Amino acid sequence: MAVCIAVIAKENYPLYIRSTPTENELKFHYMVHTSLDVVDEKISAMGKALVDQRELYLGLLYPTEDYKVYGYVTNSKVKFVMVVDSSNTALRDNEIRSMFRKLHNSYTDVMCNPFYNPGDRIQAFDNMVTSMMIQVC
Amino acid sequence: MEGLTLSDAEQKYYSDLFSYCDIESTKKVVVNGRVLELFRAAQLPNDVVLQIMELCGATRLGYFGRSQFYIALKLVAVAQSGFPLRVESINTVKDLPLPRFVASKNEQESRHAASYSSDSENQGSYSGVIPPPPGRGQVKKGSVSHDTVQPRTSADAQEPASPVVSPQQSPPTSPHTWRKHSRHPSGGNSERPLAGPGPFWSPFGEAQSGSSAGDAVWSGHSPPPPQENWVSFADTPPTSTLLTMHPASVQDQTTVRTVASATTAIEIRRQSSSYDDPWKITDEQRQYYVNQFKTIQPDLNGFIPGSAAKEFFTKSKLPILELSHIWELSDFDKDGALTLDEFCAAFHLVVARKNGYDLPEKLPESLMPKLIDLEDSADVGDQPGEVGYSGSPAEAPPSKSPSMPSLNQTWPELNQSSEWETFSERSSSSQTLTQFDSNIAPADPDTAIVHPVPIRMTPSKIHMQEMELKRTGSDHTNPTSPLLVKPSDLLEENKINSSVKFASGNTVADGYSSSDSFTSDPEQIGSNVTRQRSHSGTSPDNTAPPPPPPRPQPSHSRSSSLDMNRTFTVTTGQQQAGVVAHPPAVPPRPQPSQAPGPAVHRPVDADGLITHTSTSPQQIPEQPNFADFSQFEVFAASNVNDEQDDEAEKHPEVLPAEKASDPASSLRVAKTDSKTEEKTAASAPANVSKGTTPLAPPPKPVRRRLKSEDELRPEVDEHTQKTGVLAAVLASQPSIPRSVGKDKKAIQASIRRNKETNTVLARLNSELQQQLKDVLEERISLEVQLEQLRPFSHL
Repeated sequence: MAVCIAVIAKENYPLYIRSTPTENELKFHYMVHTSLDVVDEKISAMGKALVDQRELYLGLLYPTEDYKVYGYVTNSKVKFVMVVDSSNTALRDNEIRSMFRKLHNSYTDVMCNPFYNPGDRIQAFDNMVTSMMIQVC
Repeated sequence: MEGLTLSDAEQKYYSDLFSYCDIESTKKVVVNGRVLELFRAAQLPNDVVLQIMELCGATRLGYFGRSQFYIALKLVAVAQSGFPLRVESINTVKDLPLPRFVASKNEQESRHAASYSSDSENQGSYSGVIPPPPGRGQVKKGSVSHDTVQPRTSADAQEPASPVVSPQQSPPTSPHTWRKHSRHPSGGNSERPLAGPGPFWSPFGEAQSGSSAGDAVWSGHSPPPPQENWVSFADTPPTSTLLTMHPASVQDQTTVRTVASATTAIEIRRQSSSYDDPWKITDEQRQYYVNQFKTIQPDLNGFIPGSAAKEFFTKSKLPILELSHIWELSDFDKDGALTLDEFCAAFHLVVARKNGYDLPEKLPESLMPKLIDLEDSADVGDQPGEVGYSGSPAEAPPSKSPSMPSLNQTWPELNQSSEWETFSERSSSSQTLTQFDSNIAPADPDTAIVHPVPIRMTPSKIHMQEMELKRTGSDHTNPTSPLLVKPSDLLEENKINSSVKFASGNTVADGYSSSDSFTSDPEQIGSNVTRQRSHSGTSPDNTAPPPPPPRPQPSHSRSSSLDMNRTFTVTTGQQQAGVVAHPPAVPPRPQPSQAPGPAVHRPVDADGLITHTSTSPQQIPEQPNFADFSQFEVFAASNVNDEQDDEAEKHPEVLPAEKASDPASSLRVAKTDSKTEEKTAASAPANVSKGTTPLAPPPKPVRRRLKSEDELRPEVDEHTQKTGVLAAVLASQPSIPRSVGKDKKAIQASIRRNKETNTVLARLNSELQQQLKDVLEERISLEVQLEQLRPFSHL
């Protein structure tokens, strides 16, 4: 369902980015990069007082003609960005949420690994991400 | 594409092959690489393969769906049987043997393939379940003394291809294969005795000897007959392989003893069971791991923190990436720490990796952390997979089980299916077990959620009946019903006055709601009762009885909420909402001497009251109360009051020793509610000073009530409080106008007041009952604790 999934660190560099190979990956990279601005805007819009209550799921960041970009941010300012195909109308909001939740869980699992240095590229996402993306077929 | 009809054996075989190729567990799409290798293994010329692919539509679609795959397999069988490849041939060719997929590696495989193909004719022999993962470990067999072994060259040639997909291929195949075996240990025909250890160890030896490729050596190529493999294995220097394999060599230790013992143990085991999981931990290995665990964490039931584990495993000089992968596999519960089982699994994986085995994508069953104790670790080696089955799922704490699904989903589905099921079973059972206690709570709140007794503003017989029914109904439904029944029982026993009975006498209050503001009374009483019920409903749940709510003087605390001030200020007989708690001045107790006087009114009141009571059969026990109150009201109406002396006398009599010489004041002082105290103190003396007669009757009923309460409640304090409240109630009574001329008005006022008093007393009663219940619960809990402690006292 997702066409591209990216995990972006707090400093706004990608920890993990993966697209379905059939497409031009650079385009997705670019979309993710531009979506970071939207993410920051959403985060700051909440206001400092609401930081605690801020919901992790940011929702639709911005739609394009072909794709829709969804965002999710953790409390440690790690951002998950997901690009889905606009033609996939069956994808509902709570499904996106659940996908982000899975991502988040996997991310925490990666964090729990003592051999993982925070800030390194994440190698362990592939299986899970593939399961999310392969369903496009 | 025409429809494809498959026989049962074919169906099974094809689905297995599909699963084999379905490494991403999509159940829909098969990875092309795998399929291609499979077809290559079918020993068909390339153009035939291409033709097959075209026919089945894969080239058209770009991928292998299940149907395409099946068709392709069928076409392979067709081609292998020598029939021309045509779409129609799928269904027309009868008795088609199952497609043969030979890795074309070594003789063993071909031999097996031959035997397999012969078996394929048979219905049941759906052997050769998994075609040897093409281009895999068969290479290693080179050193095995099989001249007919396909030259390594071919294998090597395929190696470049296989490594491309090795990370994904090797792991799933082996576990999948092994799992199949473990799942059907008895299905000899369906599962070719993989002679697990055979190919496993020998390739391993190969790996040691020369293979540089990190291919999954243990991918069992078509298992040759065990004996044959055994023989082959024997040809190769077993000890050397075992030596290298054994963790002792990997880590710091290289004790020959352990190696030798491991060798024998491994050989023995291999002989014993042909379904050995390559990932099984031998006893010696297990012991070694345990010892290593102890060096880090002396407590075998404790955890090794991630940092310590990181240091430890970094010593093995494996690349961090692989260590990270090993950690992901072995940290089953994803808590950042390793239990003993997890540590052993990680260690085993490190060992295997050191020896050239590729890491699986998913933790093999035998490495799954088990809930079994260390003592049972010896059993790990006994049954293949089953131990993993029994142990693995149960371990995850119930809290993990919800998260496990998400974890499991990340793994190849086919590998997960079996454990998934068992896991869910286990988790559900453990969930039920662990949630047992918590289930109690939810159950009770339901019962504790007593549907609030609806209180109508306007009284009606029907309504009262409904109220009564509801009350009793709710009583039945919640555990407090017996308690609520108790008061009535007690009432009946002791002929308690209405005050006590009012605890359960909502309807009575309702009956009284005929007077204007008494609507509040039943509400409050109802709330009181519901409070009582709810409280009692929840209390059984608590393992430890909740500490009795701070009620130095329950009656007062409650009554305070009812704004005693207001009630006291409005002692003129006006009833206001919320005033209920205030024990309105008890109508002067009817004096016997004044019987004739109020007789006129008595029938009126009594009738009124009795009619109310008659409407609700359940209130029969309360009728005496009515009678009492009617007397009170009569007395109040008649303004028959005893002298203040009576009051003074009775109070000391009634009240326990605490009572001072001035019982009224002392009573009031005893109240926790300072307001009420002040008020009552203020009013009482005022009342007392006002007139003796008004006070006289009240004390008497007070006393009566107090006495009955005394009998009921052992607690003196409450009595004093109650009496205090009652005294307050009584004290407020003096405000009743005494003029006979306004009899009716006075009667009504007194009626109202009495009702108020009733409600207040009822509430007090309920509170006392609640307290009693709490105390009883405490007692029970203490007894339970005592019993729990007692057995230990013997130790």
